[in-house]
Parts: sequence; structure tokens; C-alpha cells
Amino acid sequence: MSHDHDHNHSELSDIELRVRALETLLTEKGYVDPPALDELIETYETKVGPKNGARVVARAWADPDYREWLLKDATAAIAELGFTGRQGEHMVAVENTHDTHNMVVCTLCSCYPWSVLGLPPVWYKSAPYRSRAVRDPRGVLAEFGVTLPEDTKIRVWDSTAEVRYLVIPRRPVGTDSWPEEDLAELVTRDSMIGTGLARDPNSVGETA
Amino acid sequence: MNGAQDLGGQMGFGPIELEDNEPNFHAGWEERAFAITLAMGATGTWTLDASRHARETLHPADYLSSSYYEIWTKGLEKLLLANDLVTAEEFKSGQSLTPPKTLKRVLKAEEVAGALAKGAPVDRPQQQPARFKVGDRVHTKRMNPETHTRLPRYARDAVGTIETVHGVHVFPDSNAHGKGEQPTWLYGVVFKGADIWGPDSDPALTVHLDLWEPYLDLAR
Repeated sequence: MSHDHDHNHSELSDIELRVRALETLLTEKGYVDPPALDELIETYETKVGPKNGARVVARAWADPDYREWLLKDATAAIAELGFTGRQGEHMVAVENTHDTHNMVVCTLCSCYPWSVLGLPPVWYKSAPYRSRAVRDPRGVLAEFGVTLPEDTKIRVWDSTAEVRYLVIPRRPVGTDSWPEEDLAELVTRDSMIGTGLARDPNSVGETA
Repeated sequence: MNGAQDLGGQMGFGPIELEDNEPNFHAGWEERAFAITLAMGATGTWTLDASRHARETLHPADYLSSSYYEIWTKGLEKLLLANDLVTAEEFKSGQSLTPPKTLKRVLKAEEVAGALAKGAPVDRPQQQPARFKVGDRVHTKRMNPETHTRLPRYARDAVGTIETVHGVHVFPDSNAHGKGEQPTWLYGVVFKGADIWGPDSDPALTVHLDLWEPYLDLAR
């Protein structure tokens, strides 16, 4: 075991050393509490993620009153399901329809609705997506394998303030009788960013 | 500021790199960089706006060649130095050489769940009526501040329409610089693609931004 440790140690990169030194210094000074650091990581690794958002979307698909509430006051409607707090303090839900598609970006940094989607993927925070989403959303969507009819209106939401956007994807046809828990399985992270669509119900049925 | 962070509309960055089943963190150090950044933010020594500004003031070449958590790490180091919590000598030696400063609070493990669930709402009570209403045509200002702003370059000097009145929110342009929250009205503004990008724009595109009142004038 000590062998493994030494082995890893000898291969630490500059940034690994830099972060390790920084954490040591902050701990030594009493500015950070190591158990709190572990708890922060644990929270986003196990508790907060796109499953939260999928529950919100599935509820909106299944319950017209909830959908209406979500579109009118997303912060309250989402809090009702227990999802609140950091990077989800001010929520707005935008709905895809037969003639309108919504897509979310943060061109200035990496604003993302953590409370319902967890931490953003690397591509969301990177220059290729941030630079192009506002100017050429169809080109971006093509890279995600999504092609929309030419006359579909595309609304791109650039998260320039503390308002966070959740896309409600279109409900797949043939799911009228599906219970909410099964509907949630169709809701992907990308479909709630607007770079993807909800899963094909047949693809889920086969694995279930 | 017109830094490397202001990416909207820039070209030449190539394809989007997608990763199936992507983990939250790609290395142990990323977890630690994430956690120390959040924990130091929770001490209340600086605002979220100030930390964004610390990242965007990295040299553009450094910003664009750094990974996300590298940017966070470098931004955190700048904030620690600027707030005299860590000295340059301490960064160099890796050892604490001066007594610690007293912080407003230090986040404890048992407080994490509560702190995250509460978040940090930025809406504030209104002091004066909103200048604009839904449907108003507005013109974003032509401006190039060297300080923090949330009006991207691509949306300056452009005409759009107010579609939402969000309420009164903390103003990042002042809050990032220790000049207080100066809460002001925040609006959802919609722009036609062609009014931002010109005649070659996708005719079915609209771009929606959340913009504070000081960025806007009524369009003539």
C-alpha cells in the first residue's frame, strides 16, 4: 500500500502539487475544515445530479397542474420536490414544443442549474460550446446528433445573471400510460440543457 | 471586462468534445480544487461576482489553455493574495509563515447540507419602480468597462425586446469590486438572431439574455 502511495506521489503533475499545497496551507491556517471538503464532494457525487431534474420533468409531463406551476414559478415548483439552493436559487423552466426548441449556455463562465442537474459536464464549460451555442445552435445540435426541422424556432438562453434555466424536453409519443417513475428514465441531462432530446421509449423498454 | 471569458460568437475553437458517461471529476485534484473553492467562498470573504472576476482577469492565453478546475485554482490563489489571507512567500514555500486572519465563518461538515440547500439568493426588495415593462424595445449600451460586467460583447449596442421582468437583483458590476450590491432591476431580453449576428444569422434563432437596467436604454 505504501508502494502505491509513493508511486503516485512521484508522478504528481504541477497542478496536482499546486492544489495539494493550497489545501494544506488553507487547512493549516484553519480557513477550511477537511471533513467539510469531503462532504462537499460527496454531496455532488451522490446526492445532486440530473436525476433531480428528471423527476421535475417527469412530474410536469404527468401532471398538467404541476407543469403550469413549473412554467409560472419554477423556483417554487422545483422546491416542492425538495430541490433547492446553490446555483438553483432563481429557476426558470422553458418548454420545448412542436415548433420551438430551447437550448441553454453560459457564454461568460459556466452558470448551470446545479440543484437540478448537478455539476456541468466539461463540454458545457469549454470554449467550443460557449462560443458557438449563441451564434450557430443548429451546428452545435448536429454535433450532438440532433437535427431539427428548418422552421423550428430555436431559443438560446445565455445565463448572464443568477437566473438558471431548465429545459422541459418534449414528451415522447406512446408514453401516455407510463407512470412518472418510468417517464423520468426517458429524461437525459442533455435533454434538460437542450442539446439532446428525451430518450426513445422503446430503447428504455428493452433494457427494463 | 473584455477578457478571454467573453466567448459568445468567437470562432475557431473546433468541435465540441463529448464524453460518454462523464464523471464529475477527472482526477482527485479536481475534487479538492472544487471543494476548497466552495469552502473558501462560504467564508464570506469575497462575493461570487468577485470570484468570477478573479478568473476572467487571468491572462487570455492562460485562461484559454487552462482546464476548468485549473482556472478555479488560479482564481482562488488570486483572491487569497488580494485579501491577504495567504502571502506570496507562503505560496512559494508551501508553509504558513504568518498568523491566520480571522474569517467571518469557516464551513463545518455538519453545515454543508444546510448551506447548499439555502444557497445565496440575489433578489432584493425593490426601492424604485422598474424603468421598463414587458414589450418595451430596448437598446443595450455600447460600453467597454475594464471592470466586471455581465453584458457580453456580442450583445452590446443591439436592439431587443423585454420579455420578462425578473425583479431586483444584486448588480455584479459593483458587487464584484467591493462597491456593494447596488441592487437594480433585472430583465429578460430577447434579440432576433439577425439583430445580433447580421443578415447571415439563422432566421429562426432568438437569443435571450438576462440584463440589468443600467445596461439598457429605451430604443428610439
